[in-house]
Amino acid sequence: MEQFKLMERAAVGMAKCKLLIFSKSQSSREQREGKVLWTGWFCCVFGDSLLETASEDFTCLPLFLANGAEANTSLIGGWFQKTFDCCFSPLAISAFNLSWMAAMWTACEMDHYTATTEFFWSVPCSPQSLDISYAIHPEDAKALWDSVHKTPGEITQEEVDLFMDCLYSHFHRHFKIHLSATRLVRVSTSVASAHTDGKIKILCHKYLIGVLAYMTELAIFQIE
Amino acid sequence: MATQRKTRSSELQNKISQGSNSFQTNLLAWKVKEKSGDSKSVLKESNSTEDPKHAEDQDEDDLQIAVGYFQKGPKKTSLSKNTMLEKHLKTVENVAWKNGLAPETIDILLNVALSGKFGNAISIRILKCMIPETLISEDSVVKAVSWLCVGKCSGNTKVLFYRWLVAMFDFIDHKKQINLLYGFFFASLQDDALCPHVCHLLYLLTKKENVKPFRVRKLLDLQVKMGLQPHLQALLSLYKTFAPTLISVSLPMRKKIYFNNSKNLWTSALVAVKLRNQRAFPEPPKLTLGPTKGCSLKRKWSSPSVIPALNSANKDCGEKTLSLSDYFSGSRSFPLEELQSFPHLLQNIHCLELPSQMSSVLNNSLLLHYINCVKDESILLRLYYWLSQALQEECIWYNMNNYEQEKEFVNLLDIVIRVQCFLQEGFYSCEAFLYKSLPLWDGFSCRSQFLQLLSWVPFSSFSEMKPLLFNHLAPLFLTSTIYFKCSLLQSLKELLQNWLLWLSMDAHVQPLTSSPLETTLGETMTSLVQLIEYVGWLSLTALRLESNNTLLLHFILDFFEKVCDIYVNYDLPLLVLFPPVIFHSALLSLDASILNQLCYIMYRYHNNLTAAKKNNVLKKAKSEFNLSSKICQEFNYYLTAMVRCLWMSKPFDKGMYVDPQSLENSGVTEYKYSLNLVQHPSLLSYAASFLLQESPEERTIDLTSIRGKKWNWYLDYLFSEGFQGLELFIKSSIRRCAGPQTQNKSTMSEH
Repeated sequence: MEQFKLMERAAVGMAKCKLLIFSKSQSSREQREGKVLWTGWFCCVFGDSLLETASEDFTCLPLFLANGAEANTSLIGGWFQKTFDCCFSPLAISAFNLSWMAAMWTACEMDHYTATTEFFWSVPCSPQSLDISYAIHPEDAKALWDSVHKTPGEITQEEVDLFMDCLYSHFHRHFKIHLSATRLVRVSTSVASAHTDGKIKILCHKYLIGVLAYMTELAIFQIE
Repeated sequence: MATQRKTRSSELQNKISQGSNSFQTNLLAWKVKEKSGDSKSVLKESNSTEDPKHAEDQDEDDLQIAVGYFQKGPKKTSLSKNTMLEKHLKTVENVAWKNGLAPETIDILLNVALSGKFGNAISIRILKCMIPETLISEDSVVKAVSWLCVGKCSGNTKVLFYRWLVAMFDFIDHKKQINLLYGFFFASLQDDALCPHVCHLLYLLTKKENVKPFRVRKLLDLQVKMGLQPHLQALLSLYKTFAPTLISVSLPMRKKIYFNNSKNLWTSALVAVKLRNQRAFPEPPKLTLGPTKGCSLKRKWSSPSVIPALNSANKDCGEKTLSLSDYFSGSRSFPLEELQSFPHLLQNIHCLELPSQMSSVLNNSLLLHYINCVKDESILLRLYYWLSQALQEECIWYNMNNYEQEKEFVNLLDIVIRVQCFLQEGFYSCEAFLYKSLPLWDGFSCRSQFLQLLSWVPFSSFSEMKPLLFNHLAPLFLTSTIYFKCSLLQSLKELLQNWLLWLSMDAHVQPLTSSPLETTLGETMTSLVQLIEYVGWLSLTALRLESNNTLLLHFILDFFEKVCDIYVNYDLPLLVLFPPVIFHSALLSLDASILNQLCYIMYRYHNNLTAAKKNNVLKKAKSEFNLSSKICQEFNYYLTAMVRCLWMSKPFDKGMYVDPQSLENSGVTEYKYSLNLVQHPSLLSYAASFLLQESPEERTIDLTSIRGKKWNWYLDYLFSEGFQGLELFIKSSIRRCAGPQTQNKSTMSEH
C-alpha cells in the first residue's frame, strides 16, 4: 500500500523512469542500505491512444507520482523545471471524476475486502466548513452496484449517476441533507482511495494498472 | 438634596469635559440625569407596564448612573451608601451577564476595581462581572496593570485580575502594549500565589523576542525552588520551542494539559461573547464549490514571482573550466546575466545561448530582440507552452478562492501584454487562454488587462472566432455599464488596427494570392468585413440601449474613423460604411465634436472612394476589388442627407416628399432651417457667440441674419473654433458657385 501525490506533466524525450532519493545518514546502522526518503515516478499507462501530438521517436509520460516529503518534491520538481523547461501542475480531480472512480472501483471483483467504502463531502458554511463522511460496508456497495449495472463489459454515465443517486437519496431519507448540493472531496474503496487534491492511495495490486490508466487519462485531459 | 446633586452632577460633567479620555464623554456627559429618590421609584413603576424597549433603555440609563456612581468614588456619607452601592452593583452585574459591557465601561470599572476605592469585596465582585460586549481595549488593560504597581488592591484581587486577564485574553483588541509589559509580568512570578496565573498569562503572551537567557535562568531557579510545577514546565517548554539552544533541561514532551482551567467562572459568558463577536463581524462565507486547485506549484516551489529568473543554460554544470580550445574556437557561450545593453548584445550575438527556462526572456528586452531575429521554432514553442500552462494555473477566476493572488496575475498579464506589444505579434497561447477563460469571466476582474489581451489576438477567420469569442463577449457588452462598452469598443478598434497592420505587411510581401493564413485575399477581406459589420451591429444596439449617449458615440466614431481610411492608409482593398443608425444619431447629436468627427469621417470616406475609383480605372486587371455600386449609393445617400441638412436647409427631403404648400399651411416651415449649420442644436451656442462677438450689446439674437456674406464669416468663425472636420468636409464635398444661393455638392458616381 503506497500513498502517492499525483502530478501531471508533459515532457518530451524521457524514458519511463523512477527516481529515488536515499538518505545519507551518519549512524552505522543505516549505512548498509540508505533509507529511501522520497520516490518519484514518471509514467504513462495506456495513454498512447489519447496522445495525438507525440511523434514516433518520443515517449510521452504525462503522469508524475511522488511519494515523500513535500520539500523534496518541490526540490526535484523545481530542478526539472529549471533544467528541462517543463511545467508541473497538480492534478485536481473533480467531483465528477471522483464519482466515476467510486463506481469503477466498487465494480471491481475482490476476493476479500480490506477497507470500508467511504465517501467524504465538504459543505461550505461559515464559520468552519462541515465535513460529512459516509461509510458503507463494501459488500453492500457491491450489491448496490450490481443491481444498477446493466450493460456488461462497460460502465455508462447513467449507471454512475444512478449509483450515486441511490446513495444520496438514502442519506437524505435519514438525515434530510441533499448531498448532491455539496462537494465530493474524497472517495475511498478497497481498491484505492482518491482525494480531490490529487492524493491517491492504491490498496489492491490487482487493479493497479486500471487505476493508473484512469489517472493517465485525467492527466492527459488536463494538459490539453 | 436636589441642589447637592445638581452641583455634584455638574462637577461630574466638568470633570468629564476636561477628561482626556475621549470615549468617556459620549456616554456619560448627557446621560446623567438629575433624579431625586422619589422620582426614580416613580419611573420604575411606570416602566413596568411599558414595552421591553423602554425597559432596555431604562437598563442602559441605570447602567450609566451606576457607572457614574462608581466613578465618582465612595462618599463619606452614611448608611444610604450601602443600599445605593448594592443597587448599582446589581445593575452592573445584570447588564454584564446579559449583554456584556462596552469597552469604555470596562475601562472605568477596571480602574475602580483595581484602585481599591470601594474595598476588597466590591472590587472582587466588579471583577467577576467584567464581561465584555465584544472587545476589551488594550489601554484599559494597561491602565489596570498600572494600578497593580501602586499596591492598593489586595492579593486576592490581584489573583482574580490575572485570572480574568487569562480568560479574556482573546478579546483584547491589540496586544502590542501588553507585550511591552512582559518584564513586569515576569517579575510577578516571585509571588507564590500569583505564579500559576502569571505563568498562564505569559504562556499566552510570549513571543520569540521575549525569550531571554536571564529569564530562562530565573525560571529554572524557580523550578528548583518550587519543584516540578506544571505551569513552570509549560512556560519552559514554550521557551524551548522558541529557543531550543537556551534550554538543555529535558522536558516531558507529551503533556498537554498544563493549566487548571481557571476560566470556569466565566465560561458561559465567554461563549456568549464569542457568539456576539461572530454576529457583529460575520466572516464572509468562503463558499468553495467546484475544484479548488490551490496555490500554483510554480509559486510554491520556485521563486516569489511567476516568471523565473534568468539563468544561463550551462550554469548548473558545475565549475566551468574553460579550456584553451574553447577560447580559441570562440564556442563558449556568453553568460546571459552579463548582458547589459544593446551594443553588448550586438557584439555577442553569435555566441549567445538561450536560457534553460525560456520564459525568463519575458522580462528581458534585449533577449526579446534576440528572439525576434533568431529563426528557431522551438523558442516560440517553448514559450507558448509555458505561457499556456502559466496562464491556466494563475488565472484567478478558475479557482474560486484565488482572489488574493489577483495582483500577481495582473502583473503576469501586464508583462505578457508588454511583450506582445514589443514584438508586435500576438501569442497563440494567449488566444487559447482567452477562449478558455472568457466563458467564465465576470467582466470585472483584471478588466483592462483582459481587454488588452483581446486586442492582441492574432488574425484568423472571423467565422471561427465568433462562437468562441464574440458570442461570449456580446452578452457581457450589452448588459454592462457604458464604460465597459466604451473600453470594449476601444480594444476592438485596436484589434482591427493590429490585424490591418499585419495584413498590410504581408500583402506587400506576397501580394494578392497568399496571406498569413494561406487563405486568399478575398477570404481575408471577408473576415475583416465581418468583424467591422459585427462591431457595427454591437454599436447600434448599444446606442439604442444607452439612448444615443455622447461618450459611446464618440468611441463608435473613433472605430469608424479607423475603418474609413483602410484603403488609403493600409493599402488593402476594403471599404465598409457605417450603419445608417450611427449616421443619423451622429448627425442629430447634441454635441458639436460628434458632428465635427462625423464630417471628418465623411471627408475621409470621400477620399477613399475617389482613390478606389481611380485605381479601378487604372489597374482594372490587377485588383480583385470591385468598387461595388451599392457602396457608392449608400455613400451618396449619406452625403446628400448631410449636405441638405447642414447646408441647404432642406433636411429629410429625400424619401419623404412633403408638399411645401401643405407644410406652410400647417405652419411647420420652421423645421426646415432647424438643422442647418446655424440652427443645429449642437451649433446654436456657436452661432450665438458669433453674433455676440459682432455686437456685444445686443439683447436679442436673430439667427436668420446669418446669411450671404455673414454666412461665410460664420463659417470662418467655426473653422477658427476648431471645426477642422467640418472645414475639410465642406471644402471637399461642397462646391460653391458664384452667387449665394446656388451651391452644389459633388456626389460619387460609379462606373
